[in-house]
Amino acid sequence: MRFYEYEAKEVLKKYSIPLPKSLFVKDSDSAFNAAQNLSTDVVIKSQVLSGGRMKAGGIDFANSPEEVKEKSRIILELEINGLLPVGILIEEKKKITQEYFAAVTYDGRAKKPVIIFSDMGGIDIEEVANSHPEHLSRTHFSAARPFSPFTAKNAVAAVGVTGRELNQLSAIVTNLCNLFLERDLTLAEINPIGKLEDGSIIALDCHLDMESEARNTHSALLAEIGVPEEDNRQSRPPTQFEIDAANVDAADTRGVAGNLTEFDGNLGLIIGAGGGSLTLFDAVRAAGGKPANYCEIGGNPSVAKAANLTKLICSQPKVDKVAVMMNVVSNTRVDIVARGVIKGCIEAGFDPAEKIAIFRIPGSWEEEGFALLERYGVDYVDRSVSMHEAAQRAVEKMKGI
Amino acid sequence: MSILIDENTNFIIQGITGREAVTMAKELLDYGSKLVGGVTPGRKGREVHGVPVEDTVRAFTNSQSIGASIISVPPAFAADAVNEAIEAGIKLLVVVTERIPRKQVAQFVEYAQQEEVRLIGPNCLGIISPGKSKLGGVGGALESCEQAFQPGSIGVMSRSGGMTTEIANSLSESGLGISTAISIGGDAIIGSTYAELMPLFDADPETKGIAIYSEPGGRAEYELAEYMESSGSKLPVVAFMAGRFMDEMPGMRFGHAGTIVEGKADTTSEKIAKLSDSGIAVAEKIEDIPVLLKQRIR
Amino acid sequence: MPAMFISIAIEDSVHKDQELCNRLVSMCPVDIFEISEKSQLITVEENLDECTLCNLCIEASSDEQIKIEKLYRSDSN
Repeated sequence: MRFYEYEAKEVLKKYSIPLPKSLFVKDSDSAFNAAQNLSTDVVIKSQVLSGGRMKAGGIDFANSPEEVKEKSRIILELEINGLLPVGILIEEKKKITQEYFAAVTYDGRAKKPVIIFSDMGGIDIEEVANSHPEHLSRTHFSAARPFSPFTAKNAVAAVGVTGRELNQLSAIVTNLCNLFLERDLTLAEINPIGKLEDGSIIALDCHLDMESEARNTHSALLAEIGVPEEDNRQSRPPTQFEIDAANVDAADTRGVAGNLTEFDGNLGLIIGAGGGSLTLFDAVRAAGGKPANYCEIGGNPSVAKAANLTKLICSQPKVDKVAVMMNVVSNTRVDIVARGVIKGCIEAGFDPAEKIAIFRIPGSWEEEGFALLERYGVDYVDRSVSMHEAAQRAVEKMKGI
Repeated sequence: MSILIDENTNFIIQGITGREAVTMAKELLDYGSKLVGGVTPGRKGREVHGVPVEDTVRAFTNSQSIGASIISVPPAFAADAVNEAIEAGIKLLVVVTERIPRKQVAQFVEYAQQEEVRLIGPNCLGIISPGKSKLGGVGGALESCEQAFQPGSIGVMSRSGGMTTEIANSLSESGLGISTAISIGGDAIIGSTYAELMPLFDADPETKGIAIYSEPGGRAEYELAEYMESSGSKLPVVAFMAGRFMDEMPGMRFGHAGTIVEGKADTTSEKIAKLSDSGIAVAEKIEDIPVLLKQRIR
Repeated sequence: MPAMFISIAIEDSVHKDQELCNRLVSMCPVDIFEISEKSQLITVEENLDECTLCNLCIEASSDEQIKIEKLYRSDSN
């Protein structure tokens, strides 16, 4: 779960990381008042969960409250990657003499947390890694032992920083590592860290991601900075179809039937499980099909749950037919899913034989499932028909619709 | 031969009285695996499908040598269960549990490395050596499992539990069969990656080729490619890459916890390029995997 | 919506055995059985289709006291 910049800065403050003064506002009148209280020169920053704000025009500068008000109005209405800001951050503008980059994340290869540090902040860090590798350090540390500040010192010193800067930056990186570990973050990045003319060092922008599974552990912190419990922070706001599917999944704890993402096409997909869904979605597209949705079923959902998901997908006006496909299943039962999709189809007012383009779920209890599909005239195949062949067949049936 | 497990591997299940674990225990016994007992705190003295339940792992390891443990407990108790097994001296752990916070995974994986414990998972379906033994839910009930996993010459490693069975099924249908198949887990941090398991397959005279299932996210495919370039491994490897549509959808998570495109290196197109450069064949469809393997096995 | 796939017949003799009734209610993994206000064992319509065919109810009773019918296997006329 990604934090907005203004939220992330509240979290940094708790970990004694120095920041410029700023105020989060939701309209241009409040922006005017904020500017009056802050300083003459301010930065206006769009609060969206998207990178590339500067390029998209989501960050601007102003030197009077009037100008702040005017420019705030524009930024508040500016969509960035399809997202409208939830508000803007008005921040005092500082003169920067040097920029640094610091991030903490997990390295799946070393299986440990890693500090990535550079004295070339403010630009794309992958670019620095490619063109100026000597300006970038990677320093692993243990998640099992308490964090020791020398690790942060090593990370900063590795790119050649010394003197007063070394000690100031090491303190910031130490605090960032403690924050990362204590709050179950998967990414804690400050870019840029700025050195001011008086030699002091502050965090100018930051990106924090908290592991979704750990949200409950940190509910007090989240409540304090005002993150609503139901806010899922995907990279775009959910559609009604997606919200309805999430509700189907949440209403019944037996198995998974949800994690639905809407697409523009006309072929509804009831697919699973995790890897199977990825494979089948690719297969449908490779065959020239146009999926109306991605979804995941697995973990042996109840008949009612599979039925409710099927009913929801069949009821979408844009869905002409549905394809029901999974990899060879072990714990999910073919007959239970077959009951669910047939029932859901009928409840939505359709004939399963017409609406279900193909049913390809082989595996446990398949004999029982196939007998059921036979009875309702649904076109089904067993494991001798591959996932890609099944997807191809479903797509062919869509022709002429 | 097989890797990691064989017909003599005796093991326990931590969390054996849970709903999913009870079913798994039955399937393991049906398969002929040497399941000798299980642990659920407070349930000492009970039985599950005829095997004894104890309160602690030590209750087993104090009186006999235990080769492995399957951890199938809720996420909140998983780290403790892993630590208990490591402390008791068990050297092979299969962590089935999903949704364990990443920090805890990093912690117990580090502990396992220090104690030279082989850890598979988390968020996996386990290991199977067809005809010998299996540890975990992979393949499911006996009949369907035997159909999909026929003994043979191909090693399988997969980030998806379900796709482990699908790929094995295509290998069995083609007549190649499976030496050992490992569902390595779908999380961002896992105990054993492709590259870490490869040396075991390289050393196994029965394994003639490798099939892997991969996804967007993480660096495990790069690590494998580098291993293939530097190790002198002679095994032909065929990879299948799912989630190609995700290249166009950065920041969105699909499928498993570790499956997300955050940077260019996470995309399927970059991974396919790197795998191909290292001599690994990339299959477009599951049914192409046995075909490509047969072309490459000498 | 009535059950489409599964029908369960309960023989009269079951109702007289209160202990059996209670056992059936508690053992069914998908809560198909309940005791009616008239102390009769009845099936819960919306749960019938969830039947996993585990046969625990059949094993707990005797002599076809409980019969599970797969409606999709019966005569299709």
